[in-house]
Amino acid sequence: MNVDAITVDRIEASEHPVILADSVSIDYRIKKRWLNVIHGVTLSLKPMEIHGLVGESGSGKSTLALALMRYMAANARISDGRILFNGEDLLTRSDEEMRRLWGTQMNLVPQDPLAALNPSYTIGNQMTELIRKNGHSEARHATERAVDMLRQVKIADPEIIVERYPHQLSGGMRQRVMIAMALSTHPRLLVLDEPTTALDVTTQAVILDLFRELVRDTTTNPNGGAALYVSHDLGTVAQLCDTVTVLYAGEVMESAPVVSLYKKPLHPYTAGLLASLPRHIEGTETRLPTIEGVAPSLAERPNACVFSARCPVALPHCKAEKPPLDLTPDGRMVRCWRWAEIATGTLSLQTEPTRQELPEVIEGTAESIDYAHVLKAQHMSKTFREPSLFGRLLRRSDEGVHAVDDVSLKVNARSTFGLVGESGSGKTTLARLIVALEQADSGEIELVGMKISRDLRRRPKEALRELRMIFQNPDSALNPYMTVGQSLGRPLRVLEEGRISQADLDARVADLLSAVRLPTDYADRYPSELSGGEKQRVAIARAFAINPALVVADEPTSSLDVSVQAVVLNLLKDLRAARGASYLLISHDLDVVSYLADWIAVMYLGQIVEEGTTADVYGIPSHPYTEALISAIPVPDPTVKGKPIRLEGEVPSARHIPTGCRFHTRCPRKIGTICEQQEPSWQDAGDGHRIRCHIPLDELVVLQSQTQPQRETP
Amino acid sequence: MASLNTPSSARSTTSTLTSRQPSFVVYVLRQLVRRPLSLVGTLIVALFIFLAIAGPFIAPYDYDEFIRDAEGRRLTRVAPSLQHPFGIDKDSRDVFSRVLWGTREMITLPGIATGLAVLLGTTIGLAIGYRGGWIDEVASRILDSLLSIPALILALVMLGTVGPSRIGIVIVVVLLYTPIVARVVRSATLSLRDAGYVEIARLRGESTFYILFREILPGVLPALAVETALRFSYAIFLIASLGFLGLGVQPPSPDWGRMVQEARGEYAQAAWSLWFPSGAIALLVIGVNLLADGLRRAFRYEGELR
Repeated sequence: MNVDAITVDRIEASEHPVILADSVSIDYRIKKRWLNVIHGVTLSLKPMEIHGLVGESGSGKSTLALALMRYMAANARISDGRILFNGEDLLTRSDEEMRRLWGTQMNLVPQDPLAALNPSYTIGNQMTELIRKNGHSEARHATERAVDMLRQVKIADPEIIVERYPHQLSGGMRQRVMIAMALSTHPRLLVLDEPTTALDVTTQAVILDLFRELVRDTTTNPNGGAALYVSHDLGTVAQLCDTVTVLYAGEVMESAPVVSLYKKPLHPYTAGLLASLPRHIEGTETRLPTIEGVAPSLAERPNACVFSARCPVALPHCKAEKPPLDLTPDGRMVRCWRWAEIATGTLSLQTEPTRQELPEVIEGTAESIDYAHVLKAQHMSKTFREPSLFGRLLRRSDEGVHAVDDVSLKVNARSTFGLVGESGSGKTTLARLIVALEQADSGEIELVGMKISRDLRRRPKEALRELRMIFQNPDSALNPYMTVGQSLGRPLRVLEEGRISQADLDARVADLLSAVRLPTDYADRYPSELSGGEKQRVAIARAFAINPALVVADEPTSSLDVSVQAVVLNLLKDLRAARGASYLLISHDLDVVSYLADWIAVMYLGQIVEEGTTADVYGIPSHPYTEALISAIPVPDPTVKGKPIRLEGEVPSARHIPTGCRFHTRCPRKIGTICEQQEPSWQDAGDGHRIRCHIPLDELVVLQSQTQPQRETP
Repeated sequence: MASLNTPSSARSTTSTLTSRQPSFVVYVLRQLVRRPLSLVGTLIVALFIFLAIAGPFIAPYDYDEFIRDAEGRRLTRVAPSLQHPFGIDKDSRDVFSRVLWGTREMITLPGIATGLAVLLGTTIGLAIGYRGGWIDEVASRILDSLLSIPALILALVMLGTVGPSRIGIVIVVVLLYTPIVARVVRSATLSLRDAGYVEIARLRGESTFYILFREILPGVLPALAVETALRFSYAIFLIASLGFLGLGVQPPSPDWGRMVQEARGEYAQAAWSLWFPSGAIALLVIGVNLLADGLRRAFRYEGELR
């Protein structure tokens, strides 16, 4: 059955939705042409509902979310459909009426609160302005209400915070202020546009818990307001939302209650996305299922299923006619010709990890040389001091920022060492010290058995050849003024012994491109002609240009979309097997690390607090920080709730490192003054698994097994 | 959007894919032609460059040739006519020819001076921006102090003591504009210094020279092109002003600034001898400025890409 006008009217009559979009299409005017970016979207939000709007970059999720509030760019128009807000047509309202709705009935929590808050007014000023706009006139009462509002979002010492300016607050604090302001007018519709993307995972967990609580609570949400949560993160959506709509290339692929969507996706795109999420999978030959290809260009919306080009189960019919947005008997919406087959199980989708034939090891690679450790870094330390001459003269005693403090690590041959930590943990600095982009203050580095200098300029060619790096941002990784071939050929010219002929060089470049599964004619392309995922593949190919022993990868996939991320992660796994290299993988994302890494080290404030095999670090006992970090990861399964361990407060500044155990200021398992005064020593949990904590291991086991993840029955 | 970032020099000769995207130069030219004002600027500058080369051949008279009538008497202060389109000045010289002759000096002197300043400034800017640290701090303060010197006063003092000469003029302009160019290049370099591809080059053990001129410089070029055009227009202005003050190219060489100065008292009797040289200065400066603006607009697209 189609989602037709009758269905929409029935939804309208039975559910009294807060907002109802009825086959809405949105166009952008670009270069004197109207470009259709949102096509036929039907969406409704019930009172008190938290509705997730998921999509990859460019899917139009933010455009759609803002357009539901009729908040659009000047070159955008709603070309088709209706939007009903509280049952009334929103599109016929005057601009003046809309302005009255915004900031009272409809509110937005943006991704970047620092841009949304005015830097020249205090938090209190900005909150009281909003309160007064809504009719609570007296200044004195307004301030009191502002303090109340901040208390509701669990800000400690709200009386002090109202006097602060936005830049004096941490990211998590600012986002709380935004949520407090957004909820203060008791809106009917609240749009959250990737509100936690810029935050650390432990802060994100606290904010999302708080938000869910506030929306569910009738004292903070007395008008039964609904929330639209826009995100690319399937984990947070699973944990937060009641209903989920999946958007692809501006069209609804699927919309369903959260549990059924994650348990039984009806659309091949949803199924593919969920299957490609990185997670720990045993075995070096296992690979994540991936969605091949890239999202279509919107310049020409095909009169076909928009996903058909990448769909593993597409039929000729799918590429000839656009499927309607169907309504299933249990009230889900799906736009696919084959959903009925998927629902009954006659058509099964690949969701299990695949097995990859292990490729033959290439001659002359690190595989054929035997070392116990490819890298041994001992007692690495780095303190950043005031860089400016005048600054140094003025500041008499500069303590400096202790980014990395006496860290030692060993990377085994042919393995992946995962280095995990939140922002400010020093993980990236440590990686840069090892490759010598920054010069360590002290420490010793041994690479494949040879001692190498901390100073990059004093490292021999052999060391440069064996130690390569991949960066986070693919856009800046390649010189925009050089072709892919030039970028790939340069390391061969510079680092390979002897002169290489142009023909040899071209052949090697072609080999490299095929190793990362790119067409060889890409050698003549410029980076601006490549997608983000393709650029990152070229960057990886460049790192492997001369079979290094160790590749340092700093957040290699964190700026990529989910479907592209899986492709890149699989590629990294393939190359490790084929070339016998090892990785030092730095990431804030434990899921990514656990897919690739054999060994994980967790960093906090410039020190490693725990290290061990992936299974050991995920298991019990573990350092209380690791435990909190893992329980903060939003599990992309709504039926699995993580441990309710939340870290309060902020990561202390690396300028003033806490005494004793560095984690004691936030530790939920702190045992007493010993934690504040005495630095804990390593405790050995067997097989190299080490934990830096005062709590005896057996006690940790007892404590941590009391709060096991609980599985709810759906 | 995908048609950008394609330096012509970098096009591979082995390319099998043709007509995929225009070269960098073609792209910039296309952008310039697209906007009417940029087109006008480009045409004006092209015209003056043409005149600088061909002017002496086109000019009907020599720059210091006296115009005489049939009886051999010197003609003075004759209004523009078909035969003398810009008229004749008080010293019986054809203004049209003098303006044409003067074009060469007015393009080459500012051109050479700007070119040297850009060369020097780019090198300094790249080096200190990339190196950073105390060298950058000290160098930046020196540049700042050079910037604080008023242009005309420096020119007056220098040319007044050593005496006016072409080399003197070039030195003045280079002294004045090198720090400005260096600052622009330095800040563009700062934003590229930490780019992934620069760090990767460091990890390959590339020389500083390679990193500066092969990895960083192409990214600085857009800013540099705009700045060069702007500096060129200011240099024209400054050199014309020096000519006006009598510190420019010395007579009998024709110099627009000096021509304006000499015709200044003649406004009532021979206004044309004032109009045309000053008009030429204005037209050239406006043309170069329009071109600079056009370049900036052409490159703004590029800015969005990164």
